Amino acid sequence: MCLAIPGQIQEKYMIMDGKVPMAKVNFGGIIKEVSLEMLPEAREEDYVLVHVGFAISIVDEVEAMKVFEYLKEIGELTDLNPGEEFPELQQDDGKDSGE
Amino acid sequence: MKYLNEYRDPEQARQYLDQIHRITTRPWAIMEVCGGQTHSLVKNGILNLLPEKITMVHGPGCPVCVTPLNLIDKAIYLAEEKGVVLCSFGDMLRVPGSEKSLLEAKANGADIRVLYSPLEAVRIAQENPGKQVVFFAVGFETTAPANALSVIHARRLGLKNYAILASHVLVPPAIEAVMSDPDSKIDGFLAAGHVCTIMGIEAYHPLAERFKVPLVVTGFEPLDLLQGILMTVRQLENGEARVENQYARIVRREGNVRSRQVIEEVFEVSDRLWRGMAVIPRSGYEVRETFAEFDAKRKFDVRIPEAPENPDCIAGQIMKGIKKPFECPNFGTQCTPVNPLGAPMVSSEGACAAYYHFSGMVEQMNGEEGR
Ligand code: SF4
Repeated sequence: MCLAIPGQIQEKYMIMDGKVPMAKVNFGGIIKEVSLEMLPEAREEDYVLVHVGFAISIVDEVEAMKVFEYLKEIGELTDLNPGEEFPELQQDDGKDSGE
Repeated sequence: MKYLNEYRDPEQARQYLDQIHRITTRPWAIMEVCGGQTHSLVKNGILNLLPEKITMVHGPGCPVCVTPLNLIDKAIYLAEEKGVVLCSFGDMLRVPGSEKSLLEAKANGADIRVLYSPLEAVRIAQENPGKQVVFFAVGFETTAPANALSVIHARRLGLKNYAILASHVLVPPAIEAVMSDPDSKIDGFLAAGHVCTIMGIEAYHPLAERFKVPLVVTGFEPLDLLQGILMTVRQLENGEARVENQYARIVRREGNVRSRQVIEEVFEVSDRLWRGMAVIPRSGYEVRETFAEFDAKRKFDVRIPEAPENPDCIAGQIMKGIKKPFECPNFGTQCTPVNPLGAPMVSSEGACAAYYHFSGMVEQMNGEEGR
């Protein structure tokens, strides 16, 4: 129901006497017409997330990489302070209710 | 496809799983509110790979599943008795009403059309001035602005033959209802990424504070879900209860401001019955008075008595996370996607259908000829 997929804007244009911004969006080779009414600031070549025919968000390219960096970040944290970041690891189950 | 396939990388997924296994020391129940996430968790086999101590509880986040029986009966009545062209998203069609589904009504000759976007329904109204067109506007906050814009377009075009049958539900009041239920024991939440894309994340801070639970705004791909779970478990293990945003490539703090304005213009917040659950205060949208002419509920004044739910279906307990689908005595026997007793077996985002299709549970229960 809330399915939304990312595609790349190829071309912007207007409909309804210039009132409604639209775009041709490329989803892995399939081109669809998408309304930009909720995202008029989107530009050609931007990747946008599309839901039921409307673009609803521009993909942030910097943030998009963070899924791959997160593990490294927390990995470094745990390597620096072994046992400190997750003190529970050193203890037996259930004995450390902690709160 | 860019921004899709890379979030399905098995090697990265394994590293996330390893990390989750490493840091989990106590049992935690984490609810993914959104049915799209349930679907992805089950489909990608993630449920089977998580530590035993982590229980994923599948929340009420399937708008199709929680659309009240009475509203489905109304939609069928409009199509059959009022000769309306009834337009709907596809997953609504097989949901059982009290006597039949929209699909059965369609087979009997009612003009029921499956659409991808509400704007197509406006076009149908424009091209068929002699017919009344009603769009069954089902959805969460994610879909509300699209449905609202269809009404704004219809007004702009001067259409007199277009209306929506609104069935909108809101996520934060549902989280509140789940946490207030004494039977449910949820430690943390994955908040629905696409709902937050529209609404932003501010509404979740008071919930995290009040119920002392972590809420991690999470996407839908395997790596998104695994990172969301890892962030939630980290918080739980550290005794924290914050709002975090795993899905920052899409979700901004303030959401999509324009969409929120459109929702505000067309809809107002109302109390709302969630099928199988209860009336949850301020958990739905209805069309505002100023757009009354586009509101199918006012326009057609259909009164249909409330019918009782099928007593064999325990969908309410499933959606509150109290029971798992395979604990329902009808699961896979009396109730299958082809012959569903309840809505969660229909929509691909309903927990029962997700388990039926992907978990192999039915095969295990029934031996080889399970399907
Ligand atoms: S398996 Fe069928 S009958 Fe049981 S709760 Fe799910 S939808 Fe209802």
